[in-house]
Amino acid sequence: MNKAEVLVIDDEAQIQKLLRIALESADLNVRQAESGRDGVLMAANHPPDLILLDIGLPDMSGQEVLKELRGWYTKAIIILSVQASEADIVTALDNGATDYITKPFRTGELLARIRSAIRRNNVEQERSIIVCGDLEIDLAARTVKRDGALVKLTATEFNLLALFVRNEGRVLTHRHLLREVWGVGYQQETQYLRVFVRSLRKKIETDPERPRHITTESGVGYRFS
Amino acid sequence: MSATVALNTGSTRRNVLSRIRSLPLFQQHAICITAVAVVALGCFPAEGLIGYRVTALVLLMAVSILAMLFRIGPVMVAAALSALAWNFFFIPPTFTFHIGSTEDLLLFLMYFVVASVNAVLSLKIRQVERKARDKEQKERTIELYNTLLNSLSHELRTPISTIVGAVDALQDRETRLTGEQRTDLLSAIDEAGMRLDRQVGNLLNMGRLESGMLEPKADWCDIHELIGGVVSKLGSVSDHAIILKADPSLPLFKLDGGLLEQVVHNMVHNAVQYTPAGSEVVIGASHADGSCVITIADNGPGFPEEERVRAFNKFHRLPNTRSGGTGLGLSIVKGFVGAQGGSVELGANQPHGALFTVRIPAETSFLSNLKHE
Repeated sequence: MNKAEVLVIDDEAQIQKLLRIALESADLNVRQAESGRDGVLMAANHPPDLILLDIGLPDMSGQEVLKELRGWYTKAIIILSVQASEADIVTALDNGATDYITKPFRTGELLARIRSAIRRNNVEQERSIIVCGDLEIDLAARTVKRDGALVKLTATEFNLLALFVRNEGRVLTHRHLLREVWGVGYQQETQYLRVFVRSLRKKIETDPERPRHITTESGVGYRFS
Repeated sequence: MSATVALNTGSTRRNVLSRIRSLPLFQQHAICITAVAVVALGCFPAEGLIGYRVTALVLLMAVSILAMLFRIGPVMVAAALSALAWNFFFIPPTFTFHIGSTEDLLLFLMYFVVASVNAVLSLKIRQVERKARDKEQKERTIELYNTLLNSLSHELRTPISTIVGAVDALQDRETRLTGEQRTDLLSAIDEAGMRLDRQVGNLLNMGRLESGMLEPKADWCDIHELIGGVVSKLGSVSDHAIILKADPSLPLFKLDGGLLEQVVHNMVHNAVQYTPAGSEVVIGASHADGSCVITIADNGPGFPEEERVRAFNKFHRLPNTRSGGTGLGLSIVKGFVGAQGGSVELGANQPHGALFTVRIPAETSFLSNLKHE
């Protein structure tokens, strides 16, 4: 199988150097662009399998680069951001970013995100039965089993879980979850989301206070794994 | 205790005075003119008893009191007005501006000069006072700045030295490091990096507070989830037992979850940092009087009573504590809680230890209302 190719768009030489070493040692091909303009051109000439995009670029804002890329590029885009800018992260995710990671990041975590995003590029899975740790979810029959035992969910709880499961490993923003499960008019109704995530965790997590499947990405959304 | 009281009354007096002086000028004029008129009117029926010369002293006293309270413009107007009123109503022949004797003319002129000198002197005293206050403030700022620089250069340079030193040791081909030593150096670099990141985070938060740009964004929060996140983040890197004891029927609260998370994080981090390994940190959450109440109790040494108020001051650190803090954590707690209209208190845990209580007024929503959808 060919090596997957990652395009890194970042103006920091040190970060570029670090990323090249980390990604190449993980058996990925790396191409690098130092500005948003170059990045868009390089992506257009030869579309990579994944784009790693710094949101704080000097020439164009990362958000604009993202919008421009999303005009035609359908594969994964992971945003590199700094902490304490959750609003930017949420905007980027709503603008079509696949995932994000904040600086300072752990190389191991970054590689895991990259692998998971590339895997999702390739398999447009519509399997009906999905197994995730102790959970077995049958999307067609609308049933959930935990350790083989049937778990009773309400219709909304199941819709929420199904959305999570279809986007396994990926962060979903509050707005996105509310829109997909409750509808366009409910995008600000975060209390619905809080309530249903809480009741869902009580049913599917071994320790709902320290959830393993539905984890909170503070200020951004939730991730299912 | 008595010193604090004296300080407080001093500052309240200053507050009242500065409030009076910041009244609009026309209002100050009106008050001064009214005061002179009232005093003159009061003296009028008593004139037969006390004589017009004592009346002059009474009026002068009134002008002196006004000089202490108001700005120079209105006071000068009061001085002139009182002189004229004295002349017109009291100096014989009364009800004319004519002055009969040379002695009275001299008295009238002296009256006017004394009243004016009074006004000018009060102004000068006030200017000197303000200068002294400004100087004191400036000294305090410089002191704070020095503390900041000392603590920052220490706090930032220590991890930087660790990183540079460890990298040198790893790069030096002459020395032969065992595998274990290499691992130790690498984890020292890692720890130093995380420490730098934490300090930068603290400074950024302080900056947000100081700039006054902090605008809390309230949204529905599940306190269990919020505290659980902090506990799992800090629990994995400390040798402490961090226990969450939250009321299971807690409603959702509408508050700024990001700020509250930082608040809880800083308080728990503080408890973990300054209590011996193996200590217990218990986090409680409840709903009382329309507020979200969060308590953080540890069984460490606690705070001496006289340190409890100062604990939240910027850059303040307990005497004889281990290094490794800028003294910013708790002041950020106070700032972030205050920005949401809440309060934070530090008390004693039984039998020993510190007990922090945070109260943030917030709208609530009970889960049961939505259960049946």
